Amino acid sequence: MHPLFTRNRLGLYLLAWVPLAATSAYVLVSRGTLGWLQASALSTTDYLFFALLCLSAWYPCRATPLGRVSFLRLLLTHLIAAVFMSLAWTKASAALFYAALSPEKWAVLNREFGQQGNVVFTVGVLLYLLSVAFHYVLIAMEDSRRAEAQAAEARVLARDAELKALKAQINPHFLFNSLNSISALTSIDPTRARDMCVLLGEFLRMTLGLGEKTLVRFSEELDLLEKYLTIEKIRFGERLKTQETIQEESKACLLPPLLLQPLMENAIRHGIASLPEGGEVRLTAGRQNGRLEILVENSWDPEAPPRRSSGLGLRNVQQRLEARYGKEALLRVMAEGDLFQVSLSIPIESEDKA
Amino acid sequence: MSVSTKKRWRALIVDDEELARHIIRELLQPHSEIEVAAECANGFEAVKACAEHKPDLIFLDVQMPKLTGFDVLELIGEDISVIFVTAYDQYAMRAFEVHAIDYLLKPIGKQRFEEALERAKSRLGEKMPSAQKLADSARPPQQFLERIVVKDGTRVTLIPAAKLDYVEAQDDYVALASQGKKHLKQQTIASLEACLDPNCFVRIHRSYIVNLGRVVRIEPYGKDSRLAILSDGARLPVSRAGYARLQSLLDERK
Repeated sequence: MHPLFTRNRLGLYLLAWVPLAATSAYVLVSRGTLGWLQASALSTTDYLFFALLCLSAWYPCRATPLGRVSFLRLLLTHLIAAVFMSLAWTKASAALFYAALSPEKWAVLNREFGQQGNVVFTVGVLLYLLSVAFHYVLIAMEDSRRAEAQAAEARVLARDAELKALKAQINPHFLFNSLNSISALTSIDPTRARDMCVLLGEFLRMTLGLGEKTLVRFSEELDLLEKYLTIEKIRFGERLKTQETIQEESKACLLPPLLLQPLMENAIRHGIASLPEGGEVRLTAGRQNGRLEILVENSWDPEAPPRRSSGLGLRNVQQRLEARYGKEALLRVMAEGDLFQVSLSIPIESEDKA
Repeated sequence: MSVSTKKRWRALIVDDEELARHIIRELLQPHSEIEVAAECANGFEAVKACAEHKPDLIFLDVQMPKLTGFDVLELIGEDISVIFVTAYDQYAMRAFEVHAIDYLLKPIGKQRFEEALERAKSRLGEKMPSAQKLADSARPPQQFLERIVVKDGTRVTLIPAAKLDYVEAQDDYVALASQGKKHLKQQTIASLEACLDPNCFVRIHRSYIVNLGRVVRIEPYGKDSRLAILSDGARLPVSRAGYARLQSLLDERK
């Protein structure tokens, strides 16, 4: 759809043609012995027709975007179009005047302007080319507006994902179960109950603090994870075992905050919690070929009843990775037998670069 | 209800977290009229303990490994009062209020616990609503069964829907054929049909539902009726209406 039709700007465009039509009417009156009324009516019709004809320049303009096709093709496309359009216009004008005027007036007009057919044709070509330039400006404006809207949308999406991640941290399931555990411990073991209160407080504080940053050190993520795991181990007792293999050099790597904990939570909620005897969650991390590689493995019950929020945490991580790294980050989920694996690979952003 | 005042009620506590079980035990302590018959860490144990101890009341966690609280509900008798215990999803739990079943949200408060207990006690001995109806209302709409739980005595079997070959109606029961074995379950064939994915399971006969993936061929059999031959050699009757349903489904798949 032509942008002028969609945005009520047709009136402004046609207004720009008024001086041309007026000039034409003036010439017709002064040299063609026409009355003002007749001259104006004819000129208006004549130029209105050409103005609308020139709008068609939008299609070849769009088909030959500036900078992406050769100059020769550009020139040929628009010149050929200009010649055709101008020819169509001059022929149509001649027909219009011939039909509208009495034979005497037509004869006068023909005598006065017959020799100047080429001039009118050239004016038509130039006007059409002017319209081509105008359309290129229009297209550029539309493009930049669209790019701006897209950038804004991407920003909103990124913010949205961040917010969701934060909300997921303070997962009601996790929070309520932890509070229930604390409630139980108050009578069994008050000291441990207090410890768990402190742990939960620290975990929540760290989550909120980390969430405000765009990048955090991997070691900070590991600290948060440790708090989280300590709390979950109180809940699950013997059922939850963990094992971490972290390459020392990887700890300085930078990454968006709160990526690791959702992966761990996923492993526990959908993995360990589905097994009556529990199981082990293994975390392996290291740098490799300029990338930070993280692997979370856990045992699970493939035939477990599906939980309602299945995969929500993972999808969230995926969205946030996409917002920041585009296709540069990989999140792979594999389920083989009773082993569930989530691997994460992101380009390293080391401290000095950031 | 002819329960003497001295009668002690037996209760079961079912939760996969030790600490969560502990709280309920503690909250029950002042109530000498209630005796904790057993504690169970998962659904299988719960079903077994129900058969063994015949409890009057059961505190049932919803999210557990293997069998969820809803599965357990489906498998235990109708004369046990159930109080669900869950960390979240109060919305799903509200559905149960309609059926006069109570629920507790974690962390469990003493006052709310006492209320639930009172309500349960006042209903003890009454028949519970049909477990099937409850289990149906617990399942989110537009979601089909992914597995079927069957109880045989105290043994519980889980049949993944994908491994179900066919279902045969037998009076008030359905026989579920899976991997060469047949499992009986007290349910009508119509209510089971409603829970199965209609893209995989077809009611080919008044008394038969078949897993489409098992059908090898259809043979004519007498006037107006046919036989479906399954990959394991079983031969099931196909009614005229059943054949039409089968065909329309196969046409869709093309």
